[in-house]
Amino acid sequence: MDIFLQQLINGLTLGSIYGLIAIGYTMVFGIIGMVNFAHGDVFMVGTFTALIAFLLLTTLLGITSIFLVLAIVLVVAMAFTGLVSWAIERVAYRPLRGSFRLAPMISAIGMSILLSNFVQVAQGPRNKALPPILPDVIVVWDSGSYAVTLAYKQILIMVVTAVLLFAFWWLVQKTALGRAQRACEQDRKMAALLGVDVDRTISLTFVIGAALAAVAGVLYLTYYGVVNFADGFVPGVKAFTAAVLGGIGSLPGAVLGGLLIGLIETFWSAYFSIEYKDVAAFSILAITLVFMPQGLLGRPEVEKV
Amino acid sequence: MSKPMLSVAGVKTQYGKIIALHGVDLDVNEGEIVTLIGANGAGKSTLMMTICGTPRASEGRILFEGRDITHMPTHEIMRLKIAQSPEGRRIFPRMTVYENLQMGAAMDDYAHFEGDLERMFDMFPRLKERLHQRGGTLSGGEQQMLAIARALMSRPRLLLLDEPSLGLAPLVVRQIFDVIRELNAIEGLTVFLVEQNAYHALKLAHRGYVLVNGSITMAGTGRELLESPEVKAAYLEGGA
Repeated sequence: MDIFLQQLINGLTLGSIYGLIAIGYTMVFGIIGMVNFAHGDVFMVGTFTALIAFLLLTTLLGITSIFLVLAIVLVVAMAFTGLVSWAIERVAYRPLRGSFRLAPMISAIGMSILLSNFVQVAQGPRNKALPPILPDVIVVWDSGSYAVTLAYKQILIMVVTAVLLFAFWWLVQKTALGRAQRACEQDRKMAALLGVDVDRTISLTFVIGAALAAVAGVLYLTYYGVVNFADGFVPGVKAFTAAVLGGIGSLPGAVLGGLLIGLIETFWSAYFSIEYKDVAAFSILAITLVFMPQGLLGRPEVEKV
Repeated sequence: MSKPMLSVAGVKTQYGKIIALHGVDLDVNEGEIVTLIGANGAGKSTLMMTICGTPRASEGRILFEGRDITHMPTHEIMRLKIAQSPEGRRIFPRMTVYENLQMGAAMDDYAHFEGDLERMFDMFPRLKERLHQRGGTLSGGEQQMLAIARALMSRPRLLLLDEPSLGLAPLVVRQIFDVIRELNAIEGLTVFLVEQNAYHALKLAHRGYVLVNGSITMAGTGRELLESPEVKAAYLEGGA
């Protein structure tokens, strides 16, 4: 019971991060029907931006308030990562729109390699570490032999994720921009006939997806304290798995999928074998694709024609 | 007569190597209802879409209120206050009726949203009953009403209607044509209407054009066309 509770906390933390990344996959897929394979590396760029911003703020400028630093880091990471993603869409995907279906996907793989290699060269291949952030923990429950703890940073991760998801849900459901986005997703030509600037809407979708990935990057960095140029790949593919599991194209599905993948991975590590945790996560991808390709929340309603 | 509101001159449209329109000339004056009739595959919808820049005309010029819109991006053309209720209605299936109407009003910056919404309910009471239902769950007739209402929500200067009667019960068709007549008579809305239902369309319209295989073959007032033997033989006999 005590280990179960601890793993639940850990799993939800990890799942929050996957969920935030998964939204970017699912939104882009929804609007242009393409799997943005560079999205994981965009997330990694977010972690590095956060790392650099963090070090600059703490060592060079000597800001000591951790919450102020984190707030600035969040904004900087979201802005820079959003810009990178905007540029990628503009340069590598938009010119290929209307080309054969595989073209933007190949281009995305190219962008993925470009980003990870660029960071490898610019930042070096080794792990980059941060001094521990928010190291304190709360003991939730102590059975005598085992203490279930909730770290401050886990609370931070869950709170930031919850707030952002709410803001994001509001944006998509209630604002004109969100409506334009959904309209482009359902019928791009009709959206244009109603005066929606489709190219701009697609660009903004990339920026928003990247900004959420950047938040995930900041949280990831806070949680693990180390990053590496190759860190885009595995979390990226897991977040993609989360999007597929939840039903690609579905925003609530991406969050649900993220939480499930986080929990599965954590429980697998705790009860079976930590070495095979990635195998467990990717088996889910294969099983979902074979037996339930529409995912958990993908397009349930029947449409009349 | 002053300059026409919409002027299509020598417009040619191609899908790859297939030529859909062979140099079409046509004018719509302010305050008019103009109809374009023709058989299936004559190019009526293609012309409607070409006016909106999707697909683009490969030759010729399209002017709206004196402005050349031939090469403008679609969304900019529409923002000049042209609205289209397109072929196949193209309701956003996973948006509610209310959201579909909001999409229409976006071009008007929601300036008259509440008032216009009430107007639409007066014209099409069914939409009020269905307001929070998803577009994809509406019947064909309801979708057609929604498509027209969505177009009107943008407060257009020119309304393009592509086969509003397609697949609808005669009663609904009459209701929709009454709405068009009323909007034109009371508010002076300019309407360009594409129809297969030639009889109703020609009775409603001030002027009409006949499109055959991508070319305009006849033009005249609604009455003239209704009485012309060629039109009678090709589009009215046994039909209507």
